[in-house]
Amino acid sequence: MVQLFWGSVVILFGGVILGLIYQGVDRKLAARMQARIGPPIVQPFRDIKKLLVKENIVPENAIPWIYNGAPFLALAAVVTVLFYLPLGDQRPLFSGYGDLILVLYLLALPAVALAIGGFASGSPYAVIGAQREIVMMMSYELPLAAAIVALAWRLDRALPGITAFSLKEIAAHPIWAYLGPLGFIGAILLVGVLLLVMPAELSKIPFDIAEAETELAGGVTVEYSGRNLALLRIADAVKTVVMGALILALFFPYRLGGVLGLAGAAGGVVDTVFFLVKLFLIILIAVTIVRVAAARLKVSQVAYSFWVPLTGVALAGLVLIVLDGLFFM
Amino acid sequence: MARVTDERTYYTIPIGPTHPSLKEPLQFAFDLEGERVVDVEIKPGWNHRGVEVLGMKRNPLQTLYLAERICGICSVSHLIAFSRAVENALGIPVPPRAEYIRVIIAELERIHSHILWAGVAAHELGFDTLLHLTWRVREQVMDILELLTGNRVNYALVTIGGVRRDITKEQEPLVRQALRYYKDLLEMLVDAFLHDPTIELRTRDVGVLSYKDALELMAVGPTARASGVKKDIRVDQPYLAYPALELSPITPDLFRPEIHGDVYDKIIVRLLEIEQAIGLIEQALAKMPEGEIGHATKEEMTELLVQIKEREGEGIGRHEAPRGELFHYIRFQADSEIPILWKVKCPTYSNLMSYRPMFQGAQIADIPIIIACIDPCIACMDRVIVRRDGREEVWTAEQLLAKSWEKTRRLKG
Repeated sequence: MVQLFWGSVVILFGGVILGLIYQGVDRKLAARMQARIGPPIVQPFRDIKKLLVKENIVPENAIPWIYNGAPFLALAAVVTVLFYLPLGDQRPLFSGYGDLILVLYLLALPAVALAIGGFASGSPYAVIGAQREIVMMMSYELPLAAAIVALAWRLDRALPGITAFSLKEIAAHPIWAYLGPLGFIGAILLVGVLLLVMPAELSKIPFDIAEAETELAGGVTVEYSGRNLALLRIADAVKTVVMGALILALFFPYRLGGVLGLAGAAGGVVDTVFFLVKLFLIILIAVTIVRVAAARLKVSQVAYSFWVPLTGVALAGLVLIVLDGLFFM
Repeated sequence: MARVTDERTYYTIPIGPTHPSLKEPLQFAFDLEGERVVDVEIKPGWNHRGVEVLGMKRNPLQTLYLAERICGICSVSHLIAFSRAVENALGIPVPPRAEYIRVIIAELERIHSHILWAGVAAHELGFDTLLHLTWRVREQVMDILELLTGNRVNYALVTIGGVRRDITKEQEPLVRQALRYYKDLLEMLVDAFLHDPTIELRTRDVGVLSYKDALELMAVGPTARASGVKKDIRVDQPYLAYPALELSPITPDLFRPEIHGDVYDKIIVRLLEIEQAIGLIEQALAKMPEGEIGHATKEEMTELLVQIKEREGEGIGRHEAPRGELFHYIRFQADSEIPILWKVKCPTYSNLMSYRPMFQGAQIADIPIIIACIDPCIACMDRVIVRRDGREEVWTAEQLLAKSWEKTRRLKG
C-alpha cells in the first residue's frame, strides 16, 4: 500500500513534468519547422507558474462549482490513466485494479469535463466549443474502440488463458509476433487510425475545432484563467503523454534492456530512455508534424472524416485481424 | 440570446469589436441555426479617427503625412490618390519619371500587401506554418521599399507634383534581384496555397460572391475580380504610367476553368496579382524615362503653397490600391490653401456590402476566413456612429440621398 502511494506520487509529478517537457519540445520543433526560433523548452513551466499566480476569474453567469470542478476532473482523469499504463520498464502501477476498458472510459472523461466546464461557463463561444467537443468525442471514440477491441481479441485468440484486456499482458506480448499476413496489414491500418485519433483526442490542429482560436477565441477554455487554466494546460500536457504511452503499450511495447542483455538498474535506465525516445517519436509524428502541416478543418469535415473513412479503415483493420485469427492459427 | 422568428429559434453570437479573427475593430452579429449562419448584421463605428476633418484644417503639404497614415498597409495608395486629387484640382503637372516611380512603389506595395494577406488568411484557417512562411518572404520586398524610400511602411515618397526621391542606377539591379526572388518563389506559394488539400477543403465553395452580386453590390478590387468582374482602375481609366504598361484585369479563370467567386478564387487572384505586379515593375524599370522627378525644394515649396492658395477647383484622385479602387475627392476655394472638403472612400467601404451574400449558409468555422477574404481595412473604412440617449439611428438609402441633395443645394448656396 505504501509502495502504491509513493508510486502514484512519483507518477503524478513525473507525468506532469514529462508532459510539460514534451510540450516544450513540441513547441520548439514546431517553431523550427515554421522558420521561427520558438520559445525555450522550459516555457510551458513558466506559463504554468505565471498562470498559477494570476487571478482566477469566474464569470458572473457561470455555475461556479461545475466551472471550477471541471479542470480538476480533467486532470484527475488523465493522471489516473497514467497509473494504468506501462511506463518505461515499469509494469502498470494499478495493474490488477482495472483494464483497457476502464482506460477507454477514463480517456473520455477529460473531454467530457471540458465540455461540462464549457457549458457551465456561460459564454456563447464556450457553449459552441463544448458542443464541438462532444461532436469530436463521438467521432473518434468508435475508431479508437475498434482498434483496442481488435487487438485484445486477437491476443486472446493467440494466447488463450491470459487476461487479454489487461495492459500488462498486452505490453508483455507484443502483438506483431502472433499475426499472419492479413493480421499484419490490419494492425498497420489500426496503428494509422490511432495516430490520427491522437491529435483529435488532444484537440490539436487540424482537429482543434473545440478551441479554434480564430473562430471561437479559445472555445471551451475561453473563460478560464489563472489556476483553472493552468490545470487545463497541465491536463492537456499529461494527456499527450497518456495517448503516446497508450499507443506504445498497445503496439510497440518493445524494450531494449532485454535485447542488450542488461538487467537490474542498467536495464531499467536503458528501458526508460528507450521509452522516452519512442514517446518522443510518437508525439513528433502524430502531433507536431500534423499540426504544422495542416489547416484547421470544419466540424462537419472532421465528423465526416472520422465517421466514414476513418471508421471504415478501423473496421477493415478489425475484420482483417478477425480473419487472421480465424484462418491463420 | 435567443430570438424567435418565423417560429424558429436563432441564436445570435457577437463577433467583435475585439476578437482574434479581427485585426481591427468591427462588430458582427451573426444569427445562427446550429453551426449555420442565417444572417449577419455589420456594425462599424469603433475606429473612426476623423482624419478628413483634420485634413480640412491643414494645407495639403501638411496633409500628405496625414493621408499616408490613413492606412498602415496601403499607405502609398492613399498618398497617390490624395496627390492626384490635389494635382487634378489645381492643375499641377507631374513629370513622367515621377509617374513611373509612383507606379513602381505602388506595385511593390501590392506585392507586400498581397503576401501579408495570404499570411493572414492562412492564420484564419489555422495554418500558422504558412503565416510564418509568407511573412518571412515578405521581408524581401520590405527591404527593397526601405532601400528605395528610406522607410518600411510610411514611405513619405509621393508629394504633390512628383516624388521626393529618385530611383538611382545602383538601386535598379537590387530591385531586379528582389523581383527574381519573388518570381522563383511564386511557384512555391501557388503550390503551398492552391494545391494544399486542407486549404482546398476550407476555401472551395466558401464565401461565394456571384458575378451578379459582385456587380450589384459594387464590389471592387480582387473581391470583384475573383467573381469574374473585370474591373480594374489601372485598365478602365488608366493613370500615372499605367497606359504605357501592358496589363489586364486578373480573373481566376486564368488558373482554373470556371469562376466560382469563392475564397479559393480570391486566393488565386491575389497570388496572380503578385506575378502581375512583378511584371509591371520590370516594364516600368525598362521604360522609365530620364528627367525631373518633380520634387520641390524648400524655396519651391513656398511657391507651391502660393499656387495652392491662389487657385481654386475640385479634383478626384483614384488609384487601384491592393484592396481595390481608392477614391479621394478634394475641393479648394480661392484665397485659401486649406481645402474646404476632403473625402476618402476606401475599397473596404465598397466591399463591405458583399459580406452579406458571402455569409449566407456559411458555417461558424467559415466566419474568420470570410471576414478576411475581402482583406478588410477598418481604419480606412470606418464611419461615425452617433448614439443619442443610447439609441442608434439607421438611415435608409432614400434618406441618405435626400440628405446629400440637401447638402449639395447648401454648398451651391
